[in-house]
Amino acid sequence: MIMAWLILIPIFCGILAWILDRRITGSARWTALVALSSNLGVLCFLVRSFTVSGVTQQPYLMDLDIPWISSAGIHFHLAMDGLSLVLVLLTHLLGLVAVLSSWKEIREKEGFFYFNLLWVLGGIIGVFLSMDLFLFYFFWEMMLIPMFFLISVYGHENRIYASVKFFLFTQVSGLLMLLSILGLYFVHADITGNYTFNYFELLGTPVSGIFGILFMLGFLVAFAVKLPAFPFHTWLPDAHTEAPTAGSIILAGLLLKTGAYGMIRFVIPLFPDAAAAVSKTVMVLAVAGIIYGALLALSQTDFKRLVAYTSVSHMGFVMLGIFAWNTLALQGVVIQLICHGLSTGALFFLAGVLKDRLHTRDLNKMGGLWAAVPKMAVLTLFFALASLGLPGLGNFIAEFTILLGVFKADKIMAAAASAGLVGAAVYSLWIIQSAFHGPLTIKETIADLSFRETTALVLMLLGLVWLGMNPGPVFRMAQPSLDHLTRSVSFEHPGMCGVSSKPVTCLHPEYSGGTVHAAP
Amino acid sequence: MQRLDFIALGPLLIVAVFIVAVMVMIAIKRRHASTLALSVLGLLSALFNLPFAARYAPRVVTPLLVIDGYALFYMGLILASALATVALSHGYLSKMDDPPEEFYLLTLIATLGSIVLVASRHMGSFFLGLEILSVSLYALSAYTRSRDESIEAGLKYLVLAGVSASFLLFGVALIYAETGTMDFPSMGAVFQQGSAFSQSVYIMAGMGFVIVAIGFKLAVVPFHMWTPDIYQGAPAPVTAFVATASKGAVAAFLIRLFAPVDLTAFPGLYAIFGCMAVGSMVAGNVLALMQDNVKRLLAYSSIAHMGYLLTAFLAGGKDSIVFVAFYLAAYSASILGCFGVMTLLSEKERDADAFSDFQNLFYKRPWLAGVMTAMLLSLAGIPLTAGFIGKFFVVSASVKTAHWGLALTLALTSGAGLFYYLRLIVTMFTSVPSDRSESVMPQKRLPALDALTLTVLTTLVAWLGITPAWFMGILERMIP
Repeated sequence: MIMAWLILIPIFCGILAWILDRRITGSARWTALVALSSNLGVLCFLVRSFTVSGVTQQPYLMDLDIPWISSAGIHFHLAMDGLSLVLVLLTHLLGLVAVLSSWKEIREKEGFFYFNLLWVLGGIIGVFLSMDLFLFYFFWEMMLIPMFFLISVYGHENRIYASVKFFLFTQVSGLLMLLSILGLYFVHADITGNYTFNYFELLGTPVSGIFGILFMLGFLVAFAVKLPAFPFHTWLPDAHTEAPTAGSIILAGLLLKTGAYGMIRFVIPLFPDAAAAVSKTVMVLAVAGIIYGALLALSQTDFKRLVAYTSVSHMGFVMLGIFAWNTLALQGVVIQLICHGLSTGALFFLAGVLKDRLHTRDLNKMGGLWAAVPKMAVLTLFFALASLGLPGLGNFIAEFTILLGVFKADKIMAAAASAGLVGAAVYSLWIIQSAFHGPLTIKETIADLSFRETTALVLMLLGLVWLGMNPGPVFRMAQPSLDHLTRSVSFEHPGMCGVSSKPVTCLHPEYSGGTVHAAP
Repeated sequence: MQRLDFIALGPLLIVAVFIVAVMVMIAIKRRHASTLALSVLGLLSALFNLPFAARYAPRVVTPLLVIDGYALFYMGLILASALATVALSHGYLSKMDDPPEEFYLLTLIATLGSIVLVASRHMGSFFLGLEILSVSLYALSAYTRSRDESIEAGLKYLVLAGVSASFLLFGVALIYAETGTMDFPSMGAVFQQGSAFSQSVYIMAGMGFVIVAIGFKLAVVPFHMWTPDIYQGAPAPVTAFVATASKGAVAAFLIRLFAPVDLTAFPGLYAIFGCMAVGSMVAGNVLALMQDNVKRLLAYSSIAHMGYLLTAFLAGGKDSIVFVAFYLAAYSASILGCFGVMTLLSEKERDADAFSDFQNLFYKRPWLAGVMTAMLLSLAGIPLTAGFIGKFFVVSASVKTAHWGLALTLALTSGAGLFYYLRLIVTMFTSVPSDRSESVMPQKRLPALDALTLTVLTTLVAWLGITPAWFMGILERMIP
């Protein structure tokens, strides 16, 4: 039941924030802060109890299954494994940062803002926990609307265009996923006579031939748009640039992660053969995204747009690691998801702070700020270095582990992907150079980071250092579930061993009554 | 007729009695409030009579009418829609110069026509119901006589409905000439003998004419041209009624007529409906993108929604009947909410159907904007709303029966459709610089009846979206 509360608390508090704000000014942000902190407290307590009881050795830590629409076999089914737990923790952390970043930025229509913020977070937590495909789709769609409002109501100049583009891309791809979910549902029902959306029962459903490929593509496209993978990334720079700071942080830090999560949880486990068949193409696209994103980032002058393109590049690593499908690469992916969330979130935070002080995001109009705002400069340097993958910080561990894992699966891809690291070094240092070095171009004095801003950034800084120095706890937390995924799904790259015809064991054999043979 | 027949016919009789009562009351003394009260009372007592009638269902009353679960469900839907329409019209009509009392009378008569339609099991009673409905709708569309476009809408509806009625009559005559029967069960039996159906030119032609007439009433492509004009010209509450009760009744009839027929056995018929569905989804959604008038926008969107409905209908089987019923209920609640908000915003001279009427609404009238947003999201099929569950059922029905083309068209066109709903929602959140002063103005309070109706509709949309199980349970019990 705790998992349901994790979702319900943000949702209820969102409504509460909206109502309270009409009575007492400023109560909305406190409501949001309290809601997220209490949720985080519950989570920390959970993590502690898991570690103490040693339950972390099992793939699934918690399970909640309540019938919802019984006639169609739809359940309110939540379950948490190490992977979900790590991502839910990240959601809360970045949620808090997002609240802190909008503390002063949002002055009008505050109640509605925090309502949307909390609902997005509720939807994202739901996505990470759902083990019923209908419920998953439900949350998947639910997180879009508040995000749409965050951009379209609170964004910058070109916000309507950006928000509608974001919404149409994600919504249409989501509908394709819905078709795939339904297709899978009926194929499964045809074979077993059991109408269910339960993830564990649908695992191992043999969908052969062209339908297997089509269903897989429905899922893959939805997640690739969200990730965003080249060539589905075009919504991202617009959405990021026009969104308010909190919106950018949540978009980059969390929404993109749902795409990666979906690939790990659904695309490959549900359709191992079909995914293996397209894995080469996907990896090529991933590498293309890494290099293309880095190149585009190099030519940006808008701070937020630049950071947005770096996301495309970093998410390329994620997709590459996922389709290498070995525990090592997936471990790297999990760390990358967290570190990218922290470092990019921080960079967007800093972009928001600069915008607040200078009223511009144009890097050409900045310069020489080091002397004016030393604290901000040092922190920006830190996060830029993290983003380029400096050893000792989390991003390095992540990219290194991914490349190691990919190297095992495909040496050429690993080599090509490393080229993206060079681009990362250039664009990261370019931010520092153009914004903080050189002659000071601004006449008026500007304020350095306030206590609130420093707290939020130092929180993320500590996270990155900790992950860089001691990634062990996260590795250990994600290990059992990732091991379980890679062992239970036989995913062979074509050309290496051919398409596998080994039996695939379901995660829960008691559901489907034993072993299902993967279609040749 | 026996005593039980009267109980089974209760809802129809009650509405008929209240029509006479309202008429007499208007003749004695014109009073807006008491006419409203009497109409609401009539519709409510008809609604509460449904469970009593359900005890004796299914029951064939005379060769003309059948009171079964299916008919009772649609009666409930129509009566509820009429109730919402009536409740929301009070403020709107008080602003007009014309006497408002007859509006309620005509709405009640149209309601009677609709519920006769859904209970009919014979072409005779079907035609009777259709004409009772249509004739009162002519008058209702032109009710605001001082507006030119209202008169135009009334006339257009008169001509088109007249033409479609004559098509229907001719079609029925042709079918009768071949089969010698006019009640649906025996007609269905004839259709099921595929050979007779495909050989007889009479039946083919007759069926074609009947489909044309149904197409007109449902406003599906290519018989959709009248919809935007009527929607735009008719007073907002009337448009709400046309969009819900009238379309719901015709959809119910369509399914009753074709439910016993296995459409896949008739490739021709099947292709016709398939083309109508695809055409409606594409044309409705694409044309709605280009509208600058909210009523026209909703008109095109309703064409698209009828396309979704046909998609579910084409999937066939018992499931599809349940899904169509669910979809219609979800759609009716949402569209009633939309037009309800529009009704409340309307002025004496014109209805609030321009985008500018909705600009900054969120800060001027947050409550109304919230309701409108919920309704539009439901029409767009976004989770937590009834529309989402409805659309989900439609897609699942067509995927189940492997109608991939229809399902894909639905997914893609409704993706495009989101754009115009979002545009309207964004408009409500966009502030106009000059409006700043207004946002601090004390807000007008909503009349209690309107507030209640909109609250009920919003709750219904959200409730159906979150826990549809209970409603599905009711549907599955009522529709055998």
